[in-house]
Amino acid sequence: MAYPKNYRYTKEHEWINVESGLATIGITDYAQHELGDVVFVELPKPGAKIATGKSFGTVESVKAVSEIYAPADGEVIEANGDLHNTPEKLNTDPHGAAWLIKVRLASGADLSGLMDAATYEAYIADKGKEASA
Amino acid sequence: MESAATPLKSELRKTPLNALHRRLGAKMVNFGGWDMPVEYPSSGGLIAEHKAVRGSVGVFDVSHMGDIRVRSGLKLDGALAAVQHISMNDASKLAIGQAHYSAMLYPEGTFVDDVIVHRLGEDDFLLVINAGTREKDIQWVRENTKGFDCVVDELSDAYTQLAIQGPHAVEVLQKLTPTPLHGIKNYWFTHGTVCGLKNTLIARTGYTGEDGFEIYVPSDKETSENIWNQVMEAGREFGIIPCGLGARNTLRLEAKMALYGHEISEKINVWEAGLDRYCKMEKGEFIGRAALERAKAGGLKRTLVGLEMIDRGIARDEYCCCNEAGEAIGVVTSGSPSPTLGKNIALAYVPPAYSSIGTIVHVEIRGQKCKAQVVPTPFYKRPKKTGVS
Repeated sequence: MAYPKNYRYTKEHEWINVESGLATIGITDYAQHELGDVVFVELPKPGAKIATGKSFGTVESVKAVSEIYAPADGEVIEANGDLHNTPEKLNTDPHGAAWLIKVRLASGADLSGLMDAATYEAYIADKGKEASA
Repeated sequence: MESAATPLKSELRKTPLNALHRRLGAKMVNFGGWDMPVEYPSSGGLIAEHKAVRGSVGVFDVSHMGDIRVRSGLKLDGALAAVQHISMNDASKLAIGQAHYSAMLYPEGTFVDDVIVHRLGEDDFLLVINAGTREKDIQWVRENTKGFDCVVDELSDAYTQLAIQGPHAVEVLQKLTPTPLHGIKNYWFTHGTVCGLKNTLIARTGYTGEDGFEIYVPSDKETSENIWNQVMEAGREFGIIPCGLGARNTLRLEAKMALYGHEISEKINVWEAGLDRYCKMEKGEFIGRAALERAKAGGLKRTLVGLEMIDRGIARDEYCCCNEAGEAIGVVTSGSPSPTLGKNIALAYVPPAYSSIGTIVHVEIRGQKCKAQVVPTPFYKRPKKTGVS
């Protein structure tokens, strides 16, 4: 699956897409693949604050629980309610319909520490080499 | 669940099928020091693997399991007496060609390991043990059979062990052997030719709660891969897929089969684990018996129950169970979504006062008290077939 060029990525495999101050956040294709069949998603309610590097939700596969970390500071505007009943969408469309939350970024939110698509792809390719070594 | 004793990645042990799993693109994990496939994205992943076993057939590499042979020295009965001494079930009741579930116990009545005991001959037994406890088990067996006229051999590395599991397992394996399989009852075994390999151990056993077989073939890579490929080919018409340890775990959990380090351990005794029917107090002395007698008189402090989540949330291993007031009463030993039932299930130790069916308990999930209820176990029982053994 392609990694959209306009998204930015974290080392913990979240993505963030900012369009005029409003950010959409999700997990990457690599993350969903590592997790396997996603069966449960827990997300914050609108109004909740998220803080860079802090957990804001949980995604669970059959075998594992995974915390989701905020790529930036902000306030939750909307959580993706579809995932409540169809968490498996995260396995098929993690960069699109299965976004997790929409966030109004805090003023001065800084995304400069995040990776662009090419850097992220190199990062996960390295991880793949590690795993098969 | 990795402990300090878990070897470094470079020291992970591999089964003879390791390279094949990697070629198939399996997701590999460290399981008790072994580099094992947890699921195969090429099979469709854990849930697809689980459903294949419940609905048709799947194949597992379980070569990491250990094998200990206990046979007699000069005198007859040395091996039987030794096996009786180190395990809680009554091995004297086994016919040649029969196997049963049993366990090896510490003097405290708690678990060294659980084990499948196969009676190969009058005085010849094969004990199949867990991977993560291999070294401890073999040492323990050697130590505790010293006073008996028997020979203990570790054969773990001599075998590649494949588990072919599911309602169509019998048809798949039958294509590869002239030995009539329908006549082999559950927990019986025979020796036959499989894929041209003479004298192969064929056992109607498994760890999935489904019908199926486990076969033990020579552990060289070429033979192991050849047999695996022939099983896959024979199973093609039934949609056979490779299955990993992830599905093995959800399958065994639905069937309430114990997992060492979870439902059973050196801290849990036989009565607590609810394995009474495999523990034959009347057979005479065995290690752990005296402590179990005392424990029985003292009454149960905790007991293993099946839970089904009522509130939204998945109980996981080691999560805390609490009562309505929020006081801790027990702990989850295994918890997962159940692919067969479509519910979130768990096994947990709770005080007997909370063990009757329908009792509401709470599981603490990330700081939230989530409601669950005690339900009958096993969670899943395979439908009885008619006309077939």
